[in-house]
Amino acid sequence: MEHLETFTEETRAWLEENCPAGMRRPMRREEDAVWGGRNYKFHGEDQRLWLERMAGRGWTVPTWAKEYGGGGLTPEEAKILKRELKRIGARPALVSFGIWMLGPALLKYGSETHKKEHLPRIARGEIRWCQGYSEPNAGSDLASLQTKAEDKGDHFLINGQKVWTSYADKSDWIFCLVRTDPKAPKHEGISFLLFDMASKGVSTKPIRLISGSSPFCETFFDDVKVPKENLVGELNKGWAIAKYLLTHEREMIGASGIERLPGSDLGATAAEVIGTKSGTLRNHLLRADIVRHEMDWAAFLLTLERARDEAKAGAGTGAVSSMLKYIGTELNKERAELLMAINGLQGLLWENEEDPEPPLSRQWLRSKGNSIEGGTSEIQLDIIAKRVLRLPQGN
Amino acid sequence: MALVISQEHDLLRDAAKGFLAEHAPVSALRTLRDSDDPFGYDPALWQRMTEMGWAGILVPEKYGGLDFGIVGAGLLMEEMGRTLSASPFFSTAIMAATLLKEVGREAQKKRLLPQIAAGKAVVALALDEGRSHDPGGIKLAAKPSGNGFVLNGEKTFVLDGHLADQVIVAARTGGKAGTKSGLSLFLIETDRAGLEFRRRTMVDSRNVADITFAEVKVDGDQLMGKLDEAYEPLEKALDVGRACLSSEMLGTASEAFERTLEYLRERKQFGVPIGSFQVLQHRAAHLFSEIEMLRSVVLKTLLSLQASDASSSFLASLAKAKAAQVVGLATSEAIQMHGGIGMTDEFDIGFFIKRAKVASETYGDYYFHADRFARIKGY
Ligand SMILES: Cc1cc2nc3c(=O)[nH]c(=O)nc-3n(C[C@H](O)[C@H](O)[C@H](O)COP(=O)(O)OP(=O)(O)OC[C@H]3O[C@@H](n4cnc5c(N)ncnc54)[C@H](O)[C@@H]3O)c2cc1C
Repeated sequence: MEHLETFTEETRAWLEENCPAGMRRPMRREEDAVWGGRNYKFHGEDQRLWLERMAGRGWTVPTWAKEYGGGGLTPEEAKILKRELKRIGARPALVSFGIWMLGPALLKYGSETHKKEHLPRIARGEIRWCQGYSEPNAGSDLASLQTKAEDKGDHFLINGQKVWTSYADKSDWIFCLVRTDPKAPKHEGISFLLFDMASKGVSTKPIRLISGSSPFCETFFDDVKVPKENLVGELNKGWAIAKYLLTHEREMIGASGIERLPGSDLGATAAEVIGTKSGTLRNHLLRADIVRHEMDWAAFLLTLERARDEAKAGAGTGAVSSMLKYIGTELNKERAELLMAINGLQGLLWENEEDPEPPLSRQWLRSKGNSIEGGTSEIQLDIIAKRVLRLPQGN
Repeated sequence: MALVISQEHDLLRDAAKGFLAEHAPVSALRTLRDSDDPFGYDPALWQRMTEMGWAGILVPEKYGGLDFGIVGAGLLMEEMGRTLSASPFFSTAIMAATLLKEVGREAQKKRLLPQIAAGKAVVALALDEGRSHDPGGIKLAAKPSGNGFVLNGEKTFVLDGHLADQVIVAARTGGKAGTKSGLSLFLIETDRAGLEFRRRTMVDSRNVADITFAEVKVDGDQLMGKLDEAYEPLEKALDVGRACLSSEMLGTASEAFERTLEYLRERKQFGVPIGSFQVLQHRAAHLFSEIEMLRSVVLKTLLSLQASDASSSFLASLAKAKAAQVVGLATSEAIQMHGGIGMTDEFDIGFFIKRAKVASETYGDYYFHADRFARIKGY
């Protein structure tokens, strides 16, 4: 206890001294998020300083071991750090697929060489990663993927196509699922490879979303040579790694609504926009929908908290991530719908010169993807039914 | 405050599970109902529960109780919600004990709390006067007279009302109906002249009574707490009750759901278990997620009440509203997924929806608490 108190005090003092003022304001624009990478251009000196200082302490990935660029914090210490960051309204110093997805997978399945090579670079934001899972014919049925990797002695030769690869055009490396045994049953011929997106034969083509931006791409591999040592885990045993990584992705997507949408207190936003009369919102039908949603949202946040506390106490299960993803993303969409209802036509502006924030309409449209990316809601329900509830398989 | 159940509480839960499975399963409720039992609960069972210390779970040690706290009381309610066990636990060990602790005079506490802990007194709370919960709307009048008061009015659906030894009555001593000030609480023996009890038969086969107060005279020292200022302590006690009811509903929802899952695995149609149909799988998975959300909310609410956090009323309303939604869904889906057999009296699943609905109405339904939640949040 005493130790935690000292830790709290020291953390508070350090943050006070080191978190630049510009990093203590809410993130409003796309460029407020720092993704890092070889070609990353910071938007202002504060971003660069904040990342440098946090990474210097290993606090971009507080619970990773120090030798891998982490802070070596215990879960309790990490919780305190998170709380202190929140207290001063600090932005994350770095956001990335490396932190959320690849890092945890490498920590569990990577060789010592892989960990030493990749984890510190992720922690410092030097390498930006993308996820090469989905293909044109392998979406929900991901294990049917066809991108092939042929054994050529000292290297694999990769040919095929990925799709919906988020930020492929901005990323330095890819963690990629490839078929290494076309004859084996579909789950047993998949391997997990890491390679440089600058390799000869890799090309990307951005795809525009309904929300107007182009965050994801088609990604093509045309005779790409990948050194053998870039294989993570054993040959043909990549599916277990892929699934483990997905549990981290799902929990992250489920929880993403906490930071993403503005007007996070729907009741207060509605009261401000629509007005109240004798203490209740003027629009009674909308009020009923808002309160129902807000109660579910509060219940979801508590469930997220409980899942994390239980995981810390060693009682968590991987399938919980499916539940969190399902609830979190469905609520995210509903929240966006309610924000649209509160804002009327104002919310439907496509460009808004008066506001630096992306217009609500685009955020609303983007939210529709939450229940698709990382595995659709239907697939999450399938996983819960099978792995948690142990219901019989269909024929 | 980590959102996990401590080992100590896990042990209590395990003990309760074993005890209730043996002594108070759903079939016991069926027997009570079918025998038109005048009590509506089994006094011998209540004695056994008392021996386990349950009657005194919230009673301080110096008054002969266990003082185990609200989290423990909630866990017991959850287990009772699974077996639908009828007893005066909620009315007496939770509501009456909480109110006595909060606002009882020392003499009242000294006399009654040990009796409650020993299972020797059933104490009911006479609060509402209409169809739906409305603590502000109390009209029953207590007029000063001599060194005491005279009470006139009606109370409805008083839990364990007709078999209680004492009632705690919420009465209006000032202010207008619909206002929060001017409410007072009195502790009255049920054999006082002018009291008339009428048992009402409810869908869940438990005990409630309507009570008429006609010129009921009480002494000044029967007042609990401060004159005209009962609203706040009453709300506080009600929040404890609401949290515990939510916990009971969590138990009922979980049990109805688990029985349904069993059936989904067992029942075959079209040559396969019906649980292999994706449409049912997805509804089950959705329901599972809803129950897990309720579990988080209930645990947080119990912990925060135990720690006397400022956010307790907001959480209690969240819990009670969410519990009503979830247990409603769980018990309706239970019937639907059982098909025809779910509609039969012979099959137990019907008992769950009946108790769930009464618990949902008690001390505020979904709409009451959704409204309260929004008001606390300023809209
Ligand atoms: C914004 C966004 C970002 C993404 N980023 C990445 C990324 O970085 N890397 C990457 O690899 N992928 C990414 N994806 C792809 C994503 O993982 C897939 O889109 C998703 O898994 C669904 O696959 P699909 O699009 O082929 O849809 P399909 O699988 O064709 O599904 C179509 C519909 O059918 C339903 N369906 C499918 N199978 C079943 C079933 N068995 N039972 C019931 N219903 C079913 C689905 O739920 C869906 O409603 C991203 C997607 C989005 C929207």
